[in-house]
Amino acid sequence: MDLTFYIAAAVAILSTIMVITRFNIIHALLYLVVSFLALAIVFFLLGAPFAAALEVIVYAGAIVVLIIFVIMMLNLKDEAVEAEKRWLTPGIWIGPGILSIILLVEIIYVIALPTKGDYTTTLLDSKAVGMSLYGDYILGVELSGMLLMAGIVGAYHLGRQKKKVVHRFLEQSDDKNG
Amino acid sequence: MTKMDNIAIDHGLALAGILFMLGLLGVLIRRNIIFMLVSVEIMLNAAGLAFIVAGSKWAQADGQVMFIFILTMAAAEVSVGLALILQIYHQLKTLDSDAANKMKG
Repeated sequence: MDLTFYIAAAVAILSTIMVITRFNIIHALLYLVVSFLALAIVFFLLGAPFAAALEVIVYAGAIVVLIIFVIMMLNLKDEAVEAEKRWLTPGIWIGPGILSIILLVEIIYVIALPTKGDYTTTLLDSKAVGMSLYGDYILGVELSGMLLMAGIVGAYHLGRQKKKVVHRFLEQSDDKNG
Repeated sequence: MTKMDNIAIDHGLALAGILFMLGLLGVLIRRNIIFMLVSVEIMLNAAGLAFIVAGSKWAQADGQVMFIFILTMAAAEVSVGLALILQIYHQLKTLDSDAANKMKG
């Protein structure tokens, strides 16, 4: 368990350093996905498989896709096509690819481990988490629902385009009134 | 709790601290506002890792419950943050956070 933990931790730290030092946001997001996957393996080794699955699904899946979506919305100019051609060189994929292959070998090793002898931590599966979440922490779940509702309403309100009012003689924008 | 396990717990907390410091460094040194949002995500993730490590140490499910709450908060935060980034880009035509240092009514 120890060596796999240290390898995953090293991959996480390395890819996080690469995230904050890239100049290109897409390259940084590639390393960010690798960092999240490495942390998912750390969670798995610490006996929290449910949190590991949530890390992959929500962080490496939903949040990164949301950020990529907004970046693609912002780059709607002609030079974006040229930049796209420049970014898609094969050399970009080598760094995240090598780190991901290390993580893949590690997760195959952990799953195919014949004995759980050196697996010292206790396993907390999703049933235990669910019993605690909907038992002791039911108030927190309801507060999280309200927080998500506020997030949805806030994102809609902030992301809304201001409506332009076009008149025959004078053109005024509506955002002075709103 | 064996001795080897305690070492892993200490090093797990150290990993959480290193990742949090890297996220804080990213917020401080980058001026691109999307990079600052990504660094905040890294910091939240490091806090979740600390909760998971503590929950694993005492063999309680509370750590993972706290991780789920942090996950929920991060999802809400990133949606509002990205909407703010869209508004800033439409108003200022740039992603430089220094361009938004004046509040004009």
